[in-house]
Amino acid sequence: MTLTRPDLALRVREHVIRMTRGGGCFLGASLSCADLLVHLYTRVLRIAPAAPRDPERDYLLLSKGHDVPALYATLAELGFLPTSRLVRHLDPDDVLYWHPNREVPGVEFHAGSLGHLLSVGAGVATDIRLRGGASRVFVILGDGECDEGSVWEAALVAAGRGLDNLVAIVDRNGYQANVATEELIPLEPFVPKWEAFGWRTIRINGHDFDQLDRAFAELPAQRGKPTAIIADTVRNKGLPSLEGKPERWFVKLSPGEVEQLIAELHGAAGAALTSSPMVVR
Amino acid sequence: MPAPSYERALAELAAADPAIVVVTAENRAAIRGLPAVLGERFIDVGVAEQTMIGMAAGLALRGRKPIVHALAAFLTMRAYEFIRTDIGIAGLPVVLVGGVPGFLSDANGPTHQAIEDIALMRGIPGMKVFCPADEADLVAALPALLADPAPCYIRHTAAPPACDHPLLGQPHRIETVADGDDVAILSFGLLVREALDARARLAAEGISARVLNVRMPKPLDEAAVLAAAADTRLLVTVEDHLQTGGLYSIVCELLVRARVRADVLPIALAERWFKPMLLPDPLRPPVQSPS
Repeated sequence: MTLTRPDLALRVREHVIRMTRGGGCFLGASLSCADLLVHLYTRVLRIAPAAPRDPERDYLLLSKGHDVPALYATLAELGFLPTSRLVRHLDPDDVLYWHPNREVPGVEFHAGSLGHLLSVGAGVATDIRLRGGASRVFVILGDGECDEGSVWEAALVAAGRGLDNLVAIVDRNGYQANVATEELIPLEPFVPKWEAFGWRTIRINGHDFDQLDRAFAELPAQRGKPTAIIADTVRNKGLPSLEGKPERWFVKLSPGEVEQLIAELHGAAGAALTSSPMVVR
Repeated sequence: MPAPSYERALAELAAADPAIVVVTAENRAAIRGLPAVLGERFIDVGVAEQTMIGMAAGLALRGRKPIVHALAAFLTMRAYEFIRTDIGIAGLPVVLVGGVPGFLSDANGPTHQAIEDIALMRGIPGMKVFCPADEADLVAALPALLADPAPCYIRHTAAPPACDHPLLGQPHRIETVADGDDVAILSFGLLVREALDARARLAAEGISARVLNVRMPKPLDEAAVLAAAADTRLLVTVEDHLQTGGLYSIVCELLVRARVRADVLPIALAERWFKPMLLPDPLRPPVQSPS
């Protein structure tokens, strides 16, 4: 039986929360893009788990990188890798670490250094066009990542070259590390910035599947232009006790705390975490 | 037979291999005629070196062989982390061609002087570094470099023939362009010609000098360097590059690792910034400046 998107997203979040054990993971950003990834892999991307390197596939490039637990979990739930492998997160004998790499089935390219994959995606999109292919390239960016000049350089070049098979999706969760973007280096007005760079830009609630349906229904949004989708999201979405708590962006938890959070995910009272938060500012 | 031409060679190689794409960050001096020949396989991204490298990685992921062009200083430094991260970590078959490297920057000044490019590029695991002595050396090496799955950085040159090339088309080998057994002069790029000039002057003083065209500093043809150390009394490294991390470093690292005792005299650039000069000027013997 095929799961509904909310049910699949719930499973993805469970896996992500379990990955906070041991060495921890970037929980906040992984939970903010979980619905986005579930939507993309179930309704948008033309890619089959049995043929993850099919040249006719669509490409999903995770540029911000540190949200990869949500990608591992989504790929595992859909059969790209066994879900049993997820417990091997940070196991030195496996390759599931804090940032993506191509050795994991379904992962297209490594990331971690911010501001790289929009240009890599533009290169992939250019080759698809040269070959007359119908594949599309989707690049997920963090909003904090948009401080990087190379994002805007690639945005300028992609629009200049009319790459309408390229889609940038910004997981606009409002934070970079544990600092609010608008307090540090404001990104707003964000849509006009992308529009000014030549991208047809759509802004949606990144947790609302109806809005996701509409945003991705027709691509490119405008022929001859790349499409930008600004998805407003919430850090740690699904865990009310942690939503909007910027110090809980990277989380390393005890097994007991993990179980509390999973219970909270399923509607129990808010967890009371004692593990120390990570604060960069 | 017409003189070898980098541009014509690329056109011919691209005609034979549809995987080849030629990419540039608005730097067309050496490839001006290629857009007409290659059509959409000529990709000019504008003045955007980082994006050029990221795109080259994306193109290579799809099975292309990108040959990218920018001025050496901006290619190797502005885009360094993109080269290291997108091409180096992934080990993608991208050929990086740096224009006006070393002394070739003419009157542009320190911003355009790529005199640390070899140190930077050799620091990337898996990256090859090729510094041909002249355009013939460059053109003859292209088939081997393009067939190689490793990424490669090339110091571009359009120089007229610097010497005879006994090992033309074998870029991984050091060429002995003139033999001798007192001293061995190791050089690359446009200074190979100068090394031959120095050899003639040394001969007038009764000193016999071997001249080696070390066109590929990485991976190094170690046997040829060790043979020179065994056969001669002094190795002289000559390079238009900072002394740190270039040919002198490369040769010394080999000698220490191989436990070979040898005297090595570096002729390289000191660690400072240099005022610009048109090409012939830095090659002249130093003169006392008026005080």
